[in-house]
Amino acid sequence: MSLVNKETLDEIALTVEEYHLIVETLGRTPNALELGMFGALWSEHCGYQHSKPLLKLLPSKGDRVLFPPGQENAGAVDIGDGLAVVFKIESHNHPSAIEPFQGAATGVGGIVRDILALGARPMALLNSLRFGPLDDPNNQYLFKGVVGGISWYGNCIGVPDVGGEIAFDSGYSGNPLVNALCVGLVAIDKLAKSTVGEDGNLIILVGSETGRDGIHGASGLASRTFELQESMRPAVQVGNPFLEKVLIEACIESVASGIVVGVQDLGAAGLTSSIVESVYKSGKGVYIDVSKVHLREPNMSPYEVMLSESQERMILIIKPENKNRLADLLSKWDLPWSDIGKVTSDGRIKIYDGKQKAADLPIKTLNEPKLYRLKGNLSSEVEQARLYPLSSIPLPDSSPGEVLRGLLASRNINNKEQVYRQYDSQVQTNTVIAPGVADAAVLRIKGTNKAIALSTDGNANYCYLDPYRGGMIAVAEACRNVSCVGAQPIALTDCLNFGDPTRPEVYFELEWAIKGIAKACRVFNVPVVSGNVSLYNETRGKAILPTPVVGALGYMENVAHRTTMGFKSEGDAVLILGTSRVSGAAKSMAASEYLILYHNMLVGRPEIDLKLESRVQALCRIAVRDGIVRSAHDVSNGGLAVAIAESCLVGGLGFSGDFSISGRWDAALFGETQSRIIVSVPPQMVGAIQKLAVSMDVPWAYLGLVGGKNLIIEGLIDLSLKQLGESWKNGFH
Amino acid sequence: MKFGIVVFPGTWSDVDCKYAVGDILQQPFEYLWHKNNEDLSRFDCVILPGGFSYGDYLRAGAIASLSPIMASIDTFARKGGLVLGICNGFQILCESGLLPGVLMRNDHLQFRCEWTNLKVENTVTPFTADCCDGQVLRVPISHGEGNYFADENTLHELESENRIIFRYCSVDGLVTDESNPNGSVNNIAGIVNSKGNILGMMPHPERCCESLMGGIDGLEIFQSIIRSIAVV
Repeated sequence: MSLVNKETLDEIALTVEEYHLIVETLGRTPNALELGMFGALWSEHCGYQHSKPLLKLLPSKGDRVLFPPGQENAGAVDIGDGLAVVFKIESHNHPSAIEPFQGAATGVGGIVRDILALGARPMALLNSLRFGPLDDPNNQYLFKGVVGGISWYGNCIGVPDVGGEIAFDSGYSGNPLVNALCVGLVAIDKLAKSTVGEDGNLIILVGSETGRDGIHGASGLASRTFELQESMRPAVQVGNPFLEKVLIEACIESVASGIVVGVQDLGAAGLTSSIVESVYKSGKGVYIDVSKVHLREPNMSPYEVMLSESQERMILIIKPENKNRLADLLSKWDLPWSDIGKVTSDGRIKIYDGKQKAADLPIKTLNEPKLYRLKGNLSSEVEQARLYPLSSIPLPDSSPGEVLRGLLASRNINNKEQVYRQYDSQVQTNTVIAPGVADAAVLRIKGTNKAIALSTDGNANYCYLDPYRGGMIAVAEACRNVSCVGAQPIALTDCLNFGDPTRPEVYFELEWAIKGIAKACRVFNVPVVSGNVSLYNETRGKAILPTPVVGALGYMENVAHRTTMGFKSEGDAVLILGTSRVSGAAKSMAASEYLILYHNMLVGRPEIDLKLESRVQALCRIAVRDGIVRSAHDVSNGGLAVAIAESCLVGGLGFSGDFSISGRWDAALFGETQSRIIVSVPPQMVGAIQKLAVSMDVPWAYLGLVGGKNLIIEGLIDLSLKQLGESWKNGFH
Repeated sequence: MKFGIVVFPGTWSDVDCKYAVGDILQQPFEYLWHKNNEDLSRFDCVILPGGFSYGDYLRAGAIASLSPIMASIDTFARKGGLVLGICNGFQILCESGLLPGVLMRNDHLQFRCEWTNLKVENTVTPFTADCCDGQVLRVPISHGEGNYFADENTLHELESENRIIFRYCSVDGLVTDESNPNGSVNNIAGIVNSKGNILGMMPHPERCCESLMGGIDGLEIFQSIIRSIAVV
């Protein structure tokens, strides 16, 4: 440790042990640039040091999966007709905490380039957001900045934002979660790869000039906890969505022309990560001359050029003889580019600044960071909260109707129209089900009868109390959402947002949430094809609630066979699938919004029966496909009464209940027992759905009838749609 | 009948307009590249689609209005060719002086994507000939800068010459403040030039040409154009 001090290592987030390992492997001390490159690539963000051993537990194989996770920049799934759907979710939490507008905007830009790296046209965005309570002005600032940034970037590039979720909890104060999901479509024979091909191939850097922004984004922001927020603002990148849009068109045209050998996006750790990863995968070496890189400002050092996270840049690998053709293509779009180096066979990355050598490292060592398999343990706080006797909780002073209105007005449940109407959800004219009317978005695939459905889900309260079951429920809910519109879940992407993994209680959450996701995937036979990990999400020494977010991709053979959540027709019967009675057992209140809002308690232990869940979803899909049900909506946050209210409000029709409750009314109406879907059925179809339910071994119960202008549950609730709507739409200001 | 669809860097509803005109309505079309100043006489109608041409940097439509293709469109329009500017296309037409007035930031300062109702105020134009007087069309908007403004004299001229073609209105056709999504003066959603061959509108008719997309009222506008050309 003679040449480097602890502060330097801290700045690039390397430990002293890791430094020694580097020195030992190289047989010499690395120079500043080399050390910076190690810092970036051995960070959690690029190297997945703590999560990689756990991520291997996730099932990733399937008939439709085109290549394993990690091989390319995003997962790709075969949907027939020679087409592939490409999708991935990624976090931009820490940049958004520091500069919410640009942090969120560049989060969108980054995930779009991941999709673009496969040659796919980005066709939809979703985002899963978490914030601290909005009565805190700083959280207001973060919330408005994030929504504004997503709106600004997504709208400008012409990719519709079709869904996602937003939730609030005090644990996210100062550390919001911004997870962006992008979906793209590409002909399978036009899929681009991140390969570099043969020796001598050229490395072409296309797009924005490289500037001094975003240096240490991967190592400094994404891979450790931090407090000094204002001083870290220069580590947040600034986006240029116009350039991204031009880059999308130019890259798709270049790939389609057949002259591109490989494509790689530039994201975290900029050129360093982008080049090293693709060269590593191809088992090659690379020569780079940083003096050839087109720069935003003069006199940038090789260190700054190699670690800049300037946005809107891509790497295209081409054969030397195609350079002029590519130049013509790019000049059509007035895109700046530079020829910065070439592929070699020596397994090393050699960086020159003109004639002067700046770095010389083995690719393999750079790309194979030290991995950590730690031991986690359940915190005693959670253990106690789990065991809390739910039956001892008193009934609330408020009436059932008041509780329903209170829940509908709460931040986690109320109508999010004031957010999503700031996003263009229709551009590209594929959005068949837009935000706000169903549990998942649906996009048709032009030129076919097919459609895809998309949803993100992840309940952090469940995961806090039981990360294993919480992980299972995240998968179950995301899949249930796409099943409710009539689509078959065929693949998942996940974004794992957790605190500092070196804390045993956080590592426990991470490990068991992943195991829960893996378990549910196996039961549902759905692979995880891509994903991202965001650790070190903490504020003032306290970790966020464990928040695995699962994005589900659903497949629909015929776009005509779909439905939404709103009640459609007076006189339709309303049934609940997944249970044979409306139970008021106290345990159903575990981790519910109701307990948090009315009793200020996060206690109990959520439960799920994955086999029942699987059957309920299958029944729902068949019922939608065969036109037996006119609406379907899953029971989630807020429980049965909230789900019914939402179907009433979206459909503009009332409901008249005719069912009895066993046990507590609060647990029956607002408990969050899993695996339940509320459907409305034309009277002549009631027999058909009952028969189907029996044949598929799914319990069901009759709830009442669609009709009138009130939501009535005999003896408990009688509220007009107007009253409910006022509560639900009170919105964000 | 042939449509030209202009593409600037940053345009995105070019493909949606192509789908509406070429795939749904089965009309011949060609994309037009912004860098070309060319003879457009082979076209009957040129569409300036929506998007963020040049990122809307400087002002929405300002940079695009100076591009070579706009000189061609000016000539084309002088000879009586039909020009339809949608969203960013409307902004470009105002910036280039082919239509009067400006489109400012929405009064609430936010982007809006939602369905609006448009009252058809004049059916004696090539763009609305298929509509009935006072008909209400349901067409989505998607913009941050759609707040139409013009000075008193211009407004008087537009009103008296019946050049305000669409106004934001309620489902029943009432022109109210509540139905105005962006603060546009007099609820203006679309206007024509004095010759009546250039229409600029903020809403997106190309997004509602199939029931699968939630509505088909956009067809009224495209079919009006097609029939008007056929009559000529």
